[in-house]
Amino acid sequence: MQGELCPAIEMRGIVKRFPGVVAVDYVDLTVHAGEIHALLGENGAGKSTLMNVLAGLYRPDAGQITVCGHRADLRSPRDAIDLGIGMVHQHFMLVQSQTVTENILLGLDEPRFFLRLAAYHQRVARLGERFGLHVDPRARIWQLCVGEQQRVEILKMLYRGTDVLIMDEPTAVLAPPEIEELFRTLRSMTREGKSVIFISHKLREVMQVADRVTVLRKGRVTAAGLDKDATSAEELARLMVGRSVLFRVEKAAQKPGQVVLAVDDIHADNDKGLPALRGLSLQVRAGEVLGLAGIAGNGQRELAEVITGLRPATSGRIMIQGQKIENGRTLTAIQRGVSHVPEDRTEVGSAPNLSLTDNLIMKHYRREPIAQGWAISQAAANAWAGDLKQAYDIVAPSIDVPARLLSGGNLQRLILAREIATQPRLLVAVQPTRGLDVGAIEDVQRLLLAQRESGAAILLISEELDELFALSDRVAVIYEGQIAGEMQTEDREAVGLMMTGERRQKRRSEGQ
Amino acid sequence: MSTATVRKRRIRIPYRIAMEPRLEPVPAWMPPLVSLAAVAAALAVGAVILVLVGGNPFSTYAHIARASFGSLGVFSDTLVKATPIILVGLACSLAFRMRLWNIGAEGQFMIGAFGASTVVLAPLLPESTPRPLMLLAMIVAGTAAGALWGLIPGVLKAKLNVNEIITTLMLNYIAISWNYFFIFAVWSEGGFEMSRVFPRNAWLPRLADYAQQVPLFRGLTTHLGLVFGILAAVLVWFVIYRSRWGYEIRLIGDNPRAAQYAGIPIVRNTILVMMFSGGLAGLAGVSEISGVVHRFQGTISPGYGFTGIIVAWLAKLNPLAVVVVSLLFGSLILAGREIQPSGIPKLIQGIILFAVIASDVLLRYRIRLSHVQEA
Repeated sequence: MQGELCPAIEMRGIVKRFPGVVAVDYVDLTVHAGEIHALLGENGAGKSTLMNVLAGLYRPDAGQITVCGHRADLRSPRDAIDLGIGMVHQHFMLVQSQTVTENILLGLDEPRFFLRLAAYHQRVARLGERFGLHVDPRARIWQLCVGEQQRVEILKMLYRGTDVLIMDEPTAVLAPPEIEELFRTLRSMTREGKSVIFISHKLREVMQVADRVTVLRKGRVTAAGLDKDATSAEELARLMVGRSVLFRVEKAAQKPGQVVLAVDDIHADNDKGLPALRGLSLQVRAGEVLGLAGIAGNGQRELAEVITGLRPATSGRIMIQGQKIENGRTLTAIQRGVSHVPEDRTEVGSAPNLSLTDNLIMKHYRREPIAQGWAISQAAANAWAGDLKQAYDIVAPSIDVPARLLSGGNLQRLILAREIATQPRLLVAVQPTRGLDVGAIEDVQRLLLAQRESGAAILLISEELDELFALSDRVAVIYEGQIAGEMQTEDREAVGLMMTGERRQKRRSEGQ
Repeated sequence: MSTATVRKRRIRIPYRIAMEPRLEPVPAWMPPLVSLAAVAAALAVGAVILVLVGGNPFSTYAHIARASFGSLGVFSDTLVKATPIILVGLACSLAFRMRLWNIGAEGQFMIGAFGASTVVLAPLLPESTPRPLMLLAMIVAGTAAGALWGLIPGVLKAKLNVNEIITTLMLNYIAISWNYFFIFAVWSEGGFEMSRVFPRNAWLPRLADYAQQVPLFRGLTTHLGLVFGILAAVLVWFVIYRSRWGYEIRLIGDNPRAAQYAGIPIVRNTILVMMFSGGLAGLAGVSEISGVVHRFQGTISPGYGFTGIIVAWLAKLNPLAVVVVSLLFGSLILAGREIQPSGIPKLIQGIILFAVIASDVLLRYRIRLSHVQEA
């Protein structure tokens, strides 16, 4: 370990082009040994592309990489791993039916033929202990929660002798306590002289964990290797977005009206047939945003699907303005004025190969003037789509292009345009800003608040606490299919505890 | 830091072929041009094979062209061959549009022919029935029988999620055996594997029937079924692209979860589409039996039902393109009679299919040849 004298990684003048875009445009990056280096930027800024170059997945169009002073020619991830560079991707690359140890050994030259798993189990366990990565080497991947699976990915890299660990948005899938644990692990790695490159767009986490920060915007470096202590979240945000950012969207004070959505003692199963909702009840009033916090997989998706009629409830009742929604009837829910911004924009919220017009009329094609008896008036549909495209600023060459060509932010604007255009009484929005860049997030949040002002009831399901507290009138926490508690004031610690199952009564947070 | 040890030298090719996904929509002229180029490439490959087996590709292709488009008479024969293919191709495009893999058009075609025959042979209507009524009854009975043959796998798929590929395929064999039972045991004429010839009022009108008024039509066997095919193509086009039902079909086909999210009943549409698809294939059977064969017999289809699958794909599921592609395939079937060995036109069909489907890559990806810079 040569420490500060020898940079672990030096990338010089890296260029990577994709058809029509320069994803990375002459970027320099220097990472020292023993530091946590945050790579900050909006979605599409080129962070992941740059790191995929470093991990050997992409070949740069120009530029050079030196690893510890030696020129490196990275032709494949294997080359990168040989040089001690490993990457943990956002989507894990694990074999579900195999054990932790088997996953870690996969693709290695040792063991050669006989596995002698017992010995390797021990090695994996020892390695885990050294870095505080607690996971049972004998467990099969499907038995592990997301946080544990991430630890397996990190172990996989450490086992391969990784000195520079690249982590792509590692906190997106974790609960606050798990994030703390991850940060401790990363620190224990840097203590041993290893380096961590931490890709993120979350300022709070970057300020918390990073030693130095490099900011990318539109494929270029806007700040290289800033010392964390010499900067501030506001400055980083400005560097990232290119203008100063309001951290808070303005929310007008208003009195909620009558109850629009009443969920009463709902039970429902998940896709595997296991109970996901266990007697959940909540209410949302007109002109009110109810934020629902929780770690992914605690029944949020199922709740949104039951309310919008996509999933049948096994028992319980859902009322929209006093009218019962028939079990699992999506059309009834739509007709009662329930709009749905689904979690999965491409899998549920849009038809990728159909035109923007076809995607925008999804909830309207049954109504005049688009519907003309059994026919569809293409002229009316196009006019409708053209209006929405303009009003919601959906950037696309025309309304005839397939939806798959839209960027994430544009696709979300399309979905919101469609859902808001029905003038909903209730809007169920699941992770509406996930994966969007800061500018698009602001747009989406403003649109949601505009709906609140026009008197819609909004159920906002999110894993972003910042967003929940910024937009919601009340925040409830879901844990294992039940409401674990509710609050009106911002109390992160309490929410964090409830998210992990520490049950807290509503009155305790309200009584402050 | 671990550094690399001795690195293996690898052979370097100075050029690299990269496939990059297209982020922009392709211009409107490109898809037909690419398809055309694919057909040309397929013919070139076919030519190489013809040379290898000792044939002359130029004279072979010229012969095929002459044999199917050379004169009014042979062109009429091409149209006759194309007629059932159009209807069956439409049946497949409709089902495939919803990603229902109906490969049972052959069976639906057979049962359609059976349905039409029952009107004449059972008989459901007396022989003296006026021609329009007789034909109408045959069309209704045959289409309904085909629709029923599509309904069975449709219901199984919709209600029990039984794989429609298996059920439609199996129903083909049942349909064929079913027909043979009636051909041999019930309606056999003198023990031969065919029924008696239908009376004239059960024949679809042919151009030749009007030779007295229009001398040019003398000997032309093109029949009313062609008009059904073209009307059906226009109708199916309108349904798919301009109707609410067609919108639902396209949405389910592209993303069933989005369709469900939009409140579209998938079960009902699965059953309906399979029925319509079966009905169209059944109509093809009616058209063939009352327009060409004029009797109920075993060998009424040289695999029209399967050709329809290929045609639907080559037409990229566009009903109007189905008509054009069917003409090409009608001519290839016709050429099979003229060219020995008759496997050659089938071979060409196969190569065309491969080429056209493979050419889709060019519409989705940009192929780029780049010079590799030495690092």
